[in-house]
Amino acid sequence: MATFIIRRLLWLVVVLFAISILVFLIFFATPGVDPARQMAGRNPTAATIKNIKHEFGLDRPLPVRYGLMMKHIFISRDLISYGSHTKVIPEILAAAPVTFSLILGAAVIWIVFSILIGVAATVFRGTFIDPLLMILALIGISLPVFWLGEMVNLVTQSRAHGFFLFSWVPPLGYTPLTQDPVKWFEGLIFPWLTLSVLYIGFYARVLRANLIETESEDYVRTARAKGLSERRVLMRHTLRTSLITFVSLFGLDFGVLVGGGALLVEVVFGLPGIGYLTYNALTSLDLPIIMTTVIYGAFFITLASAMVDLVYAWLDPRVRTA
Amino acid sequence: MTVFEPEAEIATLDTEEVGGEVVGRSPWELAGRRFLRNKLAIAAGVLFVLIIAVSLAAPLYAKHVADTDPFVSNLSGTFTQNGKTIQVIQQGGGKLGLGETPVGPTWHAKYFLGADSQGRDVAARVLYGGRASLLIGIGSAVLASLLAVVFALIAGFFGGWTDNLLSRLMDLIWAFPVYLLAISLATVLLTAPNGLKIGFVHVSPGSLWIPLVIIGIVYVPYIFRPIRGQVLSLREREFVESAIAQGASNRRLVFSEILPNVAPTVIVLMPLIIATTILTEAALSYLSIGVQAPQASWGTIVEDGQGLLYTRPWVAIAPGIMIVLTVLALNVLGDGLRDALDPRSKLRTKG
Repeated sequence: MATFIIRRLLWLVVVLFAISILVFLIFFATPGVDPARQMAGRNPTAATIKNIKHEFGLDRPLPVRYGLMMKHIFISRDLISYGSHTKVIPEILAAAPVTFSLILGAAVIWIVFSILIGVAATVFRGTFIDPLLMILALIGISLPVFWLGEMVNLVTQSRAHGFFLFSWVPPLGYTPLTQDPVKWFEGLIFPWLTLSVLYIGFYARVLRANLIETESEDYVRTARAKGLSERRVLMRHTLRTSLITFVSLFGLDFGVLVGGGALLVEVVFGLPGIGYLTYNALTSLDLPIIMTTVIYGAFFITLASAMVDLVYAWLDPRVRTA
Repeated sequence: MTVFEPEAEIATLDTEEVGGEVVGRSPWELAGRRFLRNKLAIAAGVLFVLIIAVSLAAPLYAKHVADTDPFVSNLSGTFTQNGKTIQVIQQGGGKLGLGETPVGPTWHAKYFLGADSQGRDVAARVLYGGRASLLIGIGSAVLASLLAVVFALIAGFFGGWTDNLLSRLMDLIWAFPVYLLAISLATVLLTAPNGLKIGFVHVSPGSLWIPLVIIGIVYVPYIFRPIRGQVLSLREREFVESAIAQGASNRRLVFSEILPNVAPTVIVLMPLIIATTILTEAALSYLSIGVQAPQASWGTIVEDGQGLLYTRPWVAIAPGIMIVLTVLALNVLGDGLRDALDPRSKLRTKG
């Protein structure tokens, strides 16, 4: 196990290093692109461009420039956004709670519903319920999340807002949990549901396939042979094993969402999280913000995948030697 | 389901499902027959072909039915319907009777789905948008598969350090979050004032090639991984050994022994990858870093419709429905192909 952990962590360091180089190359060394002009955003002044050229040492060799970029992001943390002229890192830290609120709530919803649907489809195999649930899951996977969000807004904010079911929905935006927990919850319930639809569909399908595969394992037959009830076989044996894949998928998806994957939902519902920050930076071409959020997101995702691998190796000894 | 004799079980399944003799039929023929029995998958395939056909017919629709150019703004235009003259952009109609509102769906030939804020025919734009969305979706999926198969064949066949290098490279791209990679590439390329220049190749910033290539590259590892694994295990199989014993060249081993055996995997993955690339293109275009004006795709039309969402919702609804139908059809088709080509697949969700 120790060798596995060391190997995995070493690979993590290599990946993080490589990703930072890749981001650096994309932003600073794409042929035909002038990074200083790009960093300066729309309609830059000559002074801004000169300033950037100096700060990032754009007349110096590539490795020096890479070092300077890393210094600005991680050590001195004084990267200035050229749109709003504020420091980028504190801005990102301020946006983080919004993103976490969105993702944590959605994760609870998608775990509960996907397990319910996956198990129901397996239990009702051979009846109309199973194919019906699976078609619904497939539709959930096929919905573009930003469009679904718009449709939800159309119904809850405009067309059916007068109807008692949706009249409590507050206008788009975010209220911090510490300020008003009820408003926080009301404002987030539809973003949560919208974000979780895709994952409910996907996880329910994976879980159902896994449950059916485990059905044919020897230990499940043994459990049945010793007279356990169907319910106990499901809860203690098949569902438990099937959840291993489920958990590792969850780790990865959670990492992707924290690393910026919730961008589309944040944009549609006007939630000022990290994704929204990136989006605003996209529309004003504020490269320092985009660069930092991309690196931040990539780091989070690789960390999540390393965690998943370690947990997996801890659960299943066969992985360690692979 | 018998656990002990999976082979025997498959054989009986085939005779039952396919009907008639299994002996003497090629695996492709059996798969074809299995697929033809799956009504839902066939319906999905037909729907997908229909969507392609309708999108290809966009110029015909714009010229002969809607009679407009959906890429030219038409702010002061008028059209006649049932003998009445209607303005494309109407004054008032906002909350206080102020502002300008484009005409809503007429459900007639002209402005069937209404106009967007530029006074352009939404129905015609959705059809044209389908061309860009499908072109980028299918093109990037084909590009990703081609690259992935070539890399996987090289890595799996030669093994050793070649395999190590390629696999690590793929792991790296895999580790990079899809949207963030696409966002970084797209922002940088779109802001290059004169477009991208690599040697002789010159790509202008508005070119459809930019989103196509970006999305294609991002999804290479997702196809590379399963195929490389398959090539590795095929390499050890008896029929490859016997081909080596007969003195077959590397080229022959790769192209006539291994490639035909990985083809079903690529075919099964293809619709699912296209579904994913279409969704990615729509998301990037929605974020305004995919397809650039004056071109339109379903994603950019949804974005256009966001400003009109509460007054003229059809501008956003229509392209979204097209995306959902296309992606759903592709997902169902993919499931059907997998059931037909790979009956023993672990991923099999049916029965």
